[in-house]
Amino acid sequence: MTSDLLSFAYLAPAYPELLLAVGAIVLLLGGVFFSENRSTGISVLSILLIIAVIGVSIWQPAEGVLFNGGFIVDGFARYMKFLVLGGSAFALILSTSTAKAFGLDKFEYSILVLLATLGMMVMVSANDLMTLYVGLELQSLALYVVAAIRRDDPKATEAGLKYFVLGALSSGLLLYGASLIYGFTGLTQLDQIVGAIAGSQRSIGLIFGMVFLLAGVAFKISAVPFHMWTPDVYEGAPTPVTAFFASAPKVAAMALIIRIVTVPFGPVTDDWQQVVVFLSIASMVLASFAAIGQNNIKRLLAYSSIGHVGFALVGLSAGTAVGVEGVAVYMAIYVGMTVAMFAALLSLRTENGFVETIPQLAGLAQKRPFVAAIIAIVMFSFIGLPPLAGFFAKWQVFLAAIDAQLFALAIIGMLASAVSAFYYLRIVKVMYFDEPQSEFAAAPAELTAVMAVTGFLIVTYFVTVGSPLYNAAHAAAGSLF
Amino acid sequence: MTLPLFFFYVFSVIAVASAFMVIAARNPVHAVLFLILTFVNAAGLFMLAGAEFLALILIVVYVGAVAVLFLFVTMMLDVDFASLRSGMLAYAPIGIVVGAILLIELLLVGGSYMLAPSLTGTGAVPIDLSLDNTRQLGEVLYTRYVFLFQGAGAVLLVAMIGAIVLTLRHKPNVKRQDVGKQTSRKRSEATELVKVKSGQGL
Repeated sequence: MTSDLLSFAYLAPAYPELLLAVGAIVLLLGGVFFSENRSTGISVLSILLIIAVIGVSIWQPAEGVLFNGGFIVDGFARYMKFLVLGGSAFALILSTSTAKAFGLDKFEYSILVLLATLGMMVMVSANDLMTLYVGLELQSLALYVVAAIRRDDPKATEAGLKYFVLGALSSGLLLYGASLIYGFTGLTQLDQIVGAIAGSQRSIGLIFGMVFLLAGVAFKISAVPFHMWTPDVYEGAPTPVTAFFASAPKVAAMALIIRIVTVPFGPVTDDWQQVVVFLSIASMVLASFAAIGQNNIKRLLAYSSIGHVGFALVGLSAGTAVGVEGVAVYMAIYVGMTVAMFAALLSLRTENGFVETIPQLAGLAQKRPFVAAIIAIVMFSFIGLPPLAGFFAKWQVFLAAIDAQLFALAIIGMLASAVSAFYYLRIVKVMYFDEPQSEFAAAPAELTAVMAVTGFLIVTYFVTVGSPLYNAAHAAAGSLF
Repeated sequence: MTLPLFFFYVFSVIAVASAFMVIAARNPVHAVLFLILTFVNAAGLFMLAGAEFLALILIVVYVGAVAVLFLFVTMMLDVDFASLRSGMLAYAPIGIVVGAILLIELLLVGGSYMLAPSLTGTGAVPIDLSLDNTRQLGEVLYTRYVFLFQGAGAVLLVAMIGAIVLTLRHKPNVKRQDVGKQTSRKRSEATELVKVKSGQGL
């Protein structure tokens, strides 16, 4: 047996994970020893830790396979890790000033977010069915606890319990699939399974295993028909937690599904393509119709996120490098839009608490024109109107689908996008054309800063981040094919 | 009769008999004690089979922790075992079905291993018979699978944090022992000299 532990330098590709793990444990100890309302300090330190981890991944761009093939760092993993870390950092920033109001002023909250982020980084780098599972469970367990962290609130505990039960079910499906794959190939390492599949007749058992594995991960990205938990969990969890759920974990699970279908199941593209096309169409169509009747903004955003997963899967359905590139760009833009939306939502506070329903937004444009403008920009970007970032995200995935001759999928996607415009525009209408009903408290400075930065990037996407992001996604997708 | 065979029969007879007593004993505490006896004998059987690591783990984890926990639970919870047992006959058919399925599966696994050992395949890690199995497990656990081992540790850490966050409540007005405060206490703080006048008391 060879070991990677003989020299610290061998572990260079895993430096970010090591720093995050050690840092999280040190902060946990710090929180336990100096507790007594130090949650803000721990949360600021956690944000700094994530920034340090991002710094280490930039400073030490080592790539390679570690731990006897269990852990891989390639261009794709690095790209997705930046998104995951960015999403987690923004989620923590959004929760610093609002933590007390939402009952998140416990230092364990930041620690659990850090450990969930560690799990997501392991998922993104998983090159073995076992690593995949350990990463997924690390992430999921932390998320279940975070969902229920406001333990005296019946809605939050219901959300946590529901998430836990359905998450456990999905883990069961995933493990069953993994055991079938191991049973039919005798291998657990993803890049070895591809050899076993390519060399032999495709066996029905292996395809079964793949479908179960995909079903398990589809739960995590909340693709229809595995989406049932999403609206309830998004509504029940405290809003800063919902912001976290909607950003980083989706990216990590999407990265996982991309790696699973492209690396081990590359030779059987036809088989997984059917599954992904179905997930994609079902998600887009269901989300655009189910969101119409929603009155709660968080439920609406839950359906919106289901829809966005559907659109991202359009790119993956193509099964080409261009398609994966599209998904990578889509997830980056999706995280940016989600962060902007939740920053706006968290900065709206009336005397009756935080804004939760759409009618409460009435007349926002007169009371708080900046926040209303940001929400309107995000809504137009969600729809995919031209100069905004959301347009380029959709444009690229649909282009990949058309390149791969999936015309029906592209047409259904565009129709679903048109239907979804209705409920996005309804929010804009309520904000700009209805009479104001309540006063809003002033927004905290850091939320205004987050809104300003993300709003600026969404509007000027084409001239600012567009081409660097495209190049990064291109390099990332290239490392998988 | 060779010595290992003799011990095999001793362990297995006691294991089967005490396993029967687990379900037959009227007193639930006796049932748990018989369960412990079953575990210990199963550990003996593992030891005879050459799986000494499994045997010791069984004693440390199951006898040392799980069974003691069972004992605590049966003693602390006021469960009316008589009423639980009343439906036993009604559940017997489904129990028999589950038992039969388990038996068939065991026979299938055992049969395939006996008839065609090649079908069961080789493990991911080849077995070196010259080493004892504690050492072999350690060698793969801390080299090849060290990442998974540490990852599993992180998962357990999250479980621990989660259990504490979701259940621990800091109650105010609870008197706790503060050793530092106790030992640094001076005589002047603790005692008071009072002159008692005779015949009056305090």
